[in-house]
Amino acid sequence: MTDSPATNGEDIPLEIHDLTAGYYKKPVLWGIDLQVPKGKLVGIVGPNGAGKSTLIKAIMGLVPPSSGWVKIFGKPYQENRRRVGYVPQRESVDWDFPVTVMDVVMMGRYGHIGWFKRPKKADREIARDCLDKVKMLPFAKRQISNLSGGQQQRVFLARALAQESDIYFMDEPFAGVDAATETAIIALLHELREKGKTLLVVHHDLPTARNYFDQLLLLNMRVVAYGETEEVFTYELLQKTYGGRLTILSEVADAVGQRAK
Amino acid sequence: MNDFIPAFEWQRVMVEPWAENLSTTFWIVLMGFLITAACGLIGNYLILRRMALVGDAISHSVLPGLAIAFLLSHSLNTVPMFIGALGAGIVTTVMIELIHKKTRVKQDSAIGITFSTLFAIGVILISFGQTDAVDLDTECVLYGEIAFVPLDLVKTELGPGMLSVVEKIPGLNSELFLDGNMLTIAPPSVIRMAVVTGVTLLLILVFYKELLVTSFDSGLSSSLGINATVVHYALMGMLSVIIVSAFEAVGAILVIAMLILPGATSSLLAYRLPTMFGITVVHALLSAVGGIHLATWLNCSPAGAMVVAGSALFALAWIFSPSQGLLLRWFGRELDKLDEEEIERLVKGT
Repeated sequence: MTDSPATNGEDIPLEIHDLTAGYYKKPVLWGIDLQVPKGKLVGIVGPNGAGKSTLIKAIMGLVPPSSGWVKIFGKPYQENRRRVGYVPQRESVDWDFPVTVMDVVMMGRYGHIGWFKRPKKADREIARDCLDKVKMLPFAKRQISNLSGGQQQRVFLARALAQESDIYFMDEPFAGVDAATETAIIALLHELREKGKTLLVVHHDLPTARNYFDQLLLLNMRVVAYGETEEVFTYELLQKTYGGRLTILSEVADAVGQRAK
Repeated sequence: MNDFIPAFEWQRVMVEPWAENLSTTFWIVLMGFLITAACGLIGNYLILRRMALVGDAISHSVLPGLAIAFLLSHSLNTVPMFIGALGAGIVTTVMIELIHKKTRVKQDSAIGITFSTLFAIGVILISFGQTDAVDLDTECVLYGEIAFVPLDLVKTELGPGMLSVVEKIPGLNSELFLDGNMLTIAPPSVIRMAVVTGVTLLLILVFYKELLVTSFDSGLSSSLGINATVVHYALMGMLSVIIVSAFEAVGAILVIAMLILPGATSSLLAYRLPTMFGITVVHALLSAVGGIHLATWLNCSPAGAMVVAGSALFALAWIFSPSQGLLLRWFGRELDKLDEEEIERLVKGT
């Protein structure tokens, strides 16, 4: 929430100033100000339509901002693309597409390989390592349509790992995955954080959000609150974020109740 | 048989085209193969990007581009025609996007509006062009005539030195290429199509990564700095050029079948893109050869027969596909035969 631009933004993974963005005729994000420090695992939570995915897309320039700016390690996104890894929503792609698991993970290397060139042996080895980390190496030659939801998500994570980035944006990586995959993903996120990576993760499940993330960004078209999870995860702030949505509110009450124990 | 379907005589249908009319058969088959291969290769991407309808649209809307190029250059030369087609293809793509994004009209309707409007403009423009000495008529644009391909052969006279060299090359020393000291190169339309098919293949190989990632996951590709829109327009431009070079032989309507059939067939049989490309090329060859025999048998248009042969191959793939074929569904595995892993997968859901 600080407004002071750093003199040298090199060590600030993500800095957003007065960002307003949206789709045709319909702004979704208003005046977002944000500064995320290095090595944090940040959960982005908010109700449906709060602009969680749009925020990620606006940061990466996939949705053109109508005002404001975004800096990645002190530079515009376009100049620091290679330091950014992206995990889109699993449903955003066609899982009947004629590619194997290995082909998908290799796409994570495309930013490093560059135009015209083919993947080298080193790229293939990195892709294999990344598949191994998510325990999907035995599936490398499978066509992706033969995967379960959890396996699909692991493949997407392996692809993000193959990008070897310093800051990651993940859109609902926990959506529709089995419990084992959820545990595996969270372990992986913690491992990345230990390596000094910065992670911003869109999440829709409030009770687990409290346990999973170092920091939370409560979003509802504007930044309602951003800070350490224990400071931000309060009934008042969550109510402010989710408005009067009853089903969510009871969930919030449960979650806060758990926290009080 | 009856009056409509001539009897199938092996000698006349299968042997004579290659024995007695070799030159005609060879060039028609080669042209049919090149067209179906180029269309099929780019068609794979149309199918994967769910843009089959856009191929349909561009095959019609290149007409005004051709007409304008013809009216300005007063010729049917390759370069103005390609430029005209390229322009029309890009205009079509932009128009579809504009109508779709700036109004409430949905994409399928936007495609319908765009191509019918441009096609109609093309029809009007063509009627202006008919006063010229060189003729461009709707009939030719709509249906083409692949049987005319071998009529116009480019030949070159060889000096005695060259002649003795050429005679030693096994493939060339035949009545197909050599007539006295005249060496047949190829019909110009075949040469043009060969270049277009070659360039298509080359571009697909060079931009394999970019085409793959923009087709599969445009979000990731944009985040990597591979602009999906630019790739989209490039693909549409290439498509327009392929369509226009196929026009003369197969026309605007049959070219649609050649865009979709090979890709649809290969998608039933393969689960990786490179394999799909391989099957596409084999499909192109089989439908060109099958088509010429069908045309000889039934005494009909070779282009139409090639498309029918291609459809028959699609039907075969549908029946015999190892992963999703009808035979498999009827006689293959029943529920109790599913392996455990599969059951586990089904229980977990997707």
